[in-house]
Amino acid sequence: MAIFDKFRALAETRRALAASGIDSIHVVMDRVVSATEAFIDGRPVILAGTNNYLGLTFHPDCIAAACEAVRTLGTGTTGSRVANGSYAAHEQLERDLASFFGRRGVIVFSTGYVANLGMLSTLAGPGDVFVIDADCHASIYDGVRLSGAEILRFRHNDPEDLDKRLRRLGARVENAILVVEGIYSMWGDRAPLAEIAAVKRRYPGALLVVDEAHSLGVLGERGRGRAEEAGVEADVDFVIGTFSKSLGAIGGYSASDHPELDLIRYANRPYVFTASPSPAIIASTRTALRILASQPGLRERLWENSRRLYGRLKGLGFLLGPEPSPIIAVRFAKREEAHAAWRRLMEHGVYVNLVLPPATPDGGSLLRCSVSAGHSPEQIERIGDAFERLAG
Amino acid sequence: MDTYEEILNEVIALLTPLAPPGRRVAEDTDFVADLEFDSLKVMGFVEKVEDRFDISVPLNLLPDIRTVRDFVVQLQRLLGER
Repeated sequence: MAIFDKFRALAETRRALAASGIDSIHVVMDRVVSATEAFIDGRPVILAGTNNYLGLTFHPDCIAAACEAVRTLGTGTTGSRVANGSYAAHEQLERDLASFFGRRGVIVFSTGYVANLGMLSTLAGPGDVFVIDADCHASIYDGVRLSGAEILRFRHNDPEDLDKRLRRLGARVENAILVVEGIYSMWGDRAPLAEIAAVKRRYPGALLVVDEAHSLGVLGERGRGRAEEAGVEADVDFVIGTFSKSLGAIGGYSASDHPELDLIRYANRPYVFTASPSPAIIASTRTALRILASQPGLRERLWENSRRLYGRLKGLGFLLGPEPSPIIAVRFAKREEAHAAWRRLMEHGVYVNLVLPPATPDGGSLLRCSVSAGHSPEQIERIGDAFERLAG
Repeated sequence: MDTYEEILNEVIALLTPLAPPGRRVAEDTDFVADLEFDSLKVMGFVEKVEDRFDISVPLNLLPDIRTVRDFVVQLQRLLGER
């Protein structure tokens, strides 16, 4: 088989999608007007597929901080923090995050994907065992694969199945690292983290990693995520997350009380061999973190919007995820049906994400909406109206 | 219940209901070429085997497994390590 033959099936899928009109995996926003509005193909659309949970991408304070950083520190760092030096702002952001999470230390990464790749591939090696939730994100799968450790999957959100797998490990359990997410990106369901932490406590030596990518700023009294909400932060050895969702920029982090975190930094190839985040990113992220921490009203508005849209879509008879959440996934059995619905929503001025197998957990196709604190009640109504026109 | 033959018979019994109707499942059956399994079906089948034998099959082994025989050889090894 020649090198490029393996792309034939993909080429066929791409051709079919392009022929069907708007290409769902090649959407171009000609102009972005605000955290919740853009122009696509000359048409104004409400953005309901962005992960912009707190709507901070156009916050004037974040923009001002980013502009100031560009003027004073330049457009990019042009290198890795280990080889080419850190900027003071990198370390300030790490201190800000450590204080926000109440943790001993933090490492900042260039993207959320790199944070998972770096932390997971460095934490474990051959002879160790990862036990991961089956629905974990691709960055977690890639990170654990790169580590060279053994990889076991447990059934999604099933602490009993996790327990079974840890028991089967026998003495090897002290080399086990459990990996779960706070909120899962496809169905928007939360991890039963109190139960998972209770399982972990039965196996001394096992570590727990929680990816709070979709839950930072979304859950917990102070917005620290699912572990805070479930009251089990002390059981979490490493928190991993991203700046590209609730914080409205790009980048990632890991926070921990383990003093070894600093050694992990220097052994971490995806950290050592990547250019560090640019000054504008660091500046807007620090500002967004301050807003996230000081304005719990944003979180309340996000949940109010999420509950309203979830209730509306549920009432229309759509098949949704198990609980209201800022991620609201509408399931279709057939991919053609989902694609047609996605196009009609776009025609009605609403942009959501079309997720097709194999990216979906159960082989179905999803229209994945993500709700923002930045959506006005009227925008939430209009998103609901567009879905109602699909149903009718 | 850890001989190759015994494990093979159990695996065939678990696999047959998941195969396309009328498709025979044997030692040399290929999961992808003969049974048209995608990754979702493979994982569903592996979970059934894990429950049946009370073991966990590491994901690392799966890329090298093409046939029922490959799978049974790995299961026998995992059961021996218990």
